[in-house]
Amino acid sequence: MATDQRPLFSSLDFPLLSGIFMICGIGMIALYSASGEDVDMLIKHSVRLGFAFLAMYIVSRIPTSTLSTLSLHLYCAGLVLLALVLSVGIIGKGAQRWIDLGFIRFQPSEIMKITVPMMASWILTKHPLPPRKLILFLAVLAVAAPCVLIILQPDLGTSLLIAASGSVVIFLAGISWKLILSLGVAGVVAAPLIWNLVLHDYQKERIITLFDPWSDPLGAGYHTVQSMIAIGSGGARGKGWLSGTQSQLEFIPERSTDFIFSVYGEEFGLAGVILLLVLYLFLVARGMWIALSIDDSYSKLLAGGLSITFFIYVFVNIGMVSGILPVVGVPLPFVSYGGTSIVTLMIGFGILMGISRRIRPY
Amino acid sequence: MRTLNGFENDSGVIHLRYMQALLIIVGLTFLLVARVVYLQIAEHDRFESLSQENHIDEVPLKPVRGLIYDRHNEVLAHNVRVFNLEVLPDRIRDMPALLSELSHVVELTPDDIRQFQTTLKSRPSFERQILKTNLGEEEVAIFSVNQHRFPGVELNVHLQRNYPHGDLTAHVVGHVGRISPQDRETVSQRGDYNGISHIGKIGIESHYESMLKGQPGRSQVEMNAHGRIIRHLSQALPDTGRTLHLSLDIKLQEESMRALEGYEGAVVAIEPKTGEVLAMASVPTFDPNLFVNGISRTKFSELNASSRRPLFNRSIYGQYAPGSTIKGFMSLVGIENGYSHDRRVFCPGWFRLPNSNRRYRCWKKTGHGYVDGNSAIEQSCDVYYYNLAARIGIDRIHEGMSRFGFGQKTGVDLPSERSGLMPSRDWKQTARQQPWFPGDTVNVGIGQGYMLVTPLQLASVTATLANRGVSVTPRLLRMTENSVSQQLEPHRVPEKEKIELKGNRSYDAIIESMRRVVYGSRGTARRLQDGMLYDMAGKTGTAQVVGIGQDETYDEENTPKEHRDHSLFVGFAPLQDPQIAIAVIVEHGGSGSQVSAPIARRLIDYYLIERLNMYAQPEVPSFGEEA
Repeated sequence: MATDQRPLFSSLDFPLLSGIFMICGIGMIALYSASGEDVDMLIKHSVRLGFAFLAMYIVSRIPTSTLSTLSLHLYCAGLVLLALVLSVGIIGKGAQRWIDLGFIRFQPSEIMKITVPMMASWILTKHPLPPRKLILFLAVLAVAAPCVLIILQPDLGTSLLIAASGSVVIFLAGISWKLILSLGVAGVVAAPLIWNLVLHDYQKERIITLFDPWSDPLGAGYHTVQSMIAIGSGGARGKGWLSGTQSQLEFIPERSTDFIFSVYGEEFGLAGVILLLVLYLFLVARGMWIALSIDDSYSKLLAGGLSITFFIYVFVNIGMVSGILPVVGVPLPFVSYGGTSIVTLMIGFGILMGISRRIRPY
Repeated sequence: MRTLNGFENDSGVIHLRYMQALLIIVGLTFLLVARVVYLQIAEHDRFESLSQENHIDEVPLKPVRGLIYDRHNEVLAHNVRVFNLEVLPDRIRDMPALLSELSHVVELTPDDIRQFQTTLKSRPSFERQILKTNLGEEEVAIFSVNQHRFPGVELNVHLQRNYPHGDLTAHVVGHVGRISPQDRETVSQRGDYNGISHIGKIGIESHYESMLKGQPGRSQVEMNAHGRIIRHLSQALPDTGRTLHLSLDIKLQEESMRALEGYEGAVVAIEPKTGEVLAMASVPTFDPNLFVNGISRTKFSELNASSRRPLFNRSIYGQYAPGSTIKGFMSLVGIENGYSHDRRVFCPGWFRLPNSNRRYRCWKKTGHGYVDGNSAIEQSCDVYYYNLAARIGIDRIHEGMSRFGFGQKTGVDLPSERSGLMPSRDWKQTARQQPWFPGDTVNVGIGQGYMLVTPLQLASVTATLANRGVSVTPRLLRMTENSVSQQLEPHRVPEKEKIELKGNRSYDAIIESMRRVVYGSRGTARRLQDGMLYDMAGKTGTAQVVGIGQDETYDEENTPKEHRDHSLFVGFAPLQDPQIAIAVIVEHGGSGSQVSAPIARRLIDYYLIERLNMYAQPEVPSFGEEA
């Protein structure tokens, strides 16, 4: 299995690839509108997509066994980078998140989005499932460590997403519901503590405005309110491409990045939203199907973890712009403008494709 | 890799969890769909209108203020183009640097800069702010050449109210000023002021504000989130205010101002037939153009604190004791009450009420001897009127004089004129909490004591006399004009009312007596008659400002100016078919015959001869000069 004798592109999973292409296509259309018909931005976005596809292709050719073996190394490397970023990271957006290698700047926390599920899967599948307490403890520790480092940056949103991606894997590994429930109770108890000790004021503000964005429509609630107006005014069929007043007249903040769904929802309406959701669900379903079909536990856990994490991204982003989740910096997969996250996503799908080639007839 | 058996166990656990995860995914997806359906279908209308409100805005379009002309189409108020230097704050990186750089090109006073910086703080940064108004031609030229050095600084043209005759019309035409917080209430009552920044503050500008202001237009625009206008959707153009044609004759106005130069006083001239005000001068005056864009604090306090009170419109706000000018009317009231004009009274130089020691002096210490009504007016005998007033009594005086309009507003089309005062028992009881004394009546008989008139009122009653009892409401507005169609519309004709007297010939008798004031050998204004081309009737008045004690004598030379008498004169001409009725008041001017009468003569001369071209000398044909 170390050398691949099959045709050059056989590592790519056709259903996944076509789904991704379609979503990226929708993304380009939405971005053209959201950027104010900025062709330069579209070109930049395409170049990034190209890189991301290349990364996906390369990753898809790496055998799962190799990934499994590399899990620990990659994870440790990620941790070191996170520690590094805390000490020498440069200031970006008031928080230390970036590593600058001169020719490229990237966020180590993005790497963790992949390596944390890999690491969790690796730890959990070393022994029979469901995991014993010690294994479970190790897995939780492996998930928690990077999360703490990322919170310190501070980047609560990413930290939560990474915690979610690790937790999904642990959940799939079969920990008992009793444990899950007691964790839930512990969470409820811990919430006030977290509120008072962990959360920054701007984070508290976001959560408060989530519950009542109209209390401060020009201040803290502005993002959510304008986004909801955009989506709501789109109606069933939307205002038409390039004709969304909320987006074209810049009422939607961050309209080409985190809030691009509002632009899309305004211009393409419920019909467009359903189409996009169907495509996303198709990708998730395909990922789940791969996970169900594969015959080794590591791949199964990892594939399931990546698929569900992907769904979580979609859910959190749309939930955020439609006003049911607090505003956290989560891009809409394959649609939002932005570099690092799209590469991470593609790498995740590259892994899925690498797994799927073992069960594909072609 | 562990054993196959191990995998099968794992597989079972994982598959169960997958099913549960799938259920959760389906549930969450349903939640998202439900949310989007809620926003886009259930609440669509609400969000649709919110999004409309977000970006559709109505921008008012400022109307052009109506023009004001005098009776010969001379412009009294118009709108001129001025160049303003305006700054777009959000395009300026370093404001202090810009200002210091700019000050090399355009003169910026500390006042300009201070005002600019205050507005800068309170207004959004995308809004243009005025840095300097009314740039001179040279400044405009210099800035235009240097404009490329100042991105974000613009030279913009605006229409600004201007009064070409400046101080000649300051009181009567008035002026506009920026809408102040105090104006807000008026503004809300007078309708649509969107986009209008100025409002009439005093005079005609204030009285006919609603005609002059015009109707703002509307431009529906699309705005982006930063408040910038992206495009215009629809437009309703503003309506220009109506043009006003006043009855004022600016030349006569100017002549009046000149005649009063150096004094404090007022002249009001009325065309008796129509009540049209030909001149309304109050001196000293001020430049109304200073007030259009807000007068500087120092300038204002200078004007406001001046003891000569240039801001005070004496012609309608000034209330003066009319003195002898009302003697003609007092005679009319006397005749009405059965005291014949031919009745003779002996004037020993003083008058005493029965049972009183107080002497009321005649201006002529030696007395006039026997006088009848005719000579009492001609010579302005005070004793005759002390006697007459004491006989008629205040109640009948009040009733009779009120019929002519004393103590009442004339109803002129200017804001808040004063009513003067025709005193009565009731008035004194209410205002002073004192009973009426017979001595009070004696004083009223010669237009002193409590009695007060405004110059306009005096002119107005004089016009009534000229009309032989037909009273007209004085007015300034003759016609209004639609600025677009240029269609003229006469303004309401003032109410005419014939004040019927029992004695049919009373008016003519009094007018004859007043003619003798000018033409009689002992007339108090007999010096006026030299070279006069027309007949006129008049009456002098000298109103005491300070009471003079029983044994004192009034010595003009040694009296401080502010205690000197007011000098008054009323008159009209020509006697048949009067063209002009005039009232002149010169504060502390001394005797009416010396100061006010010549002013009146000068103005009537000017109006009849220069303006109406009456009595023009037939042109003498000249021979041989051209050859």
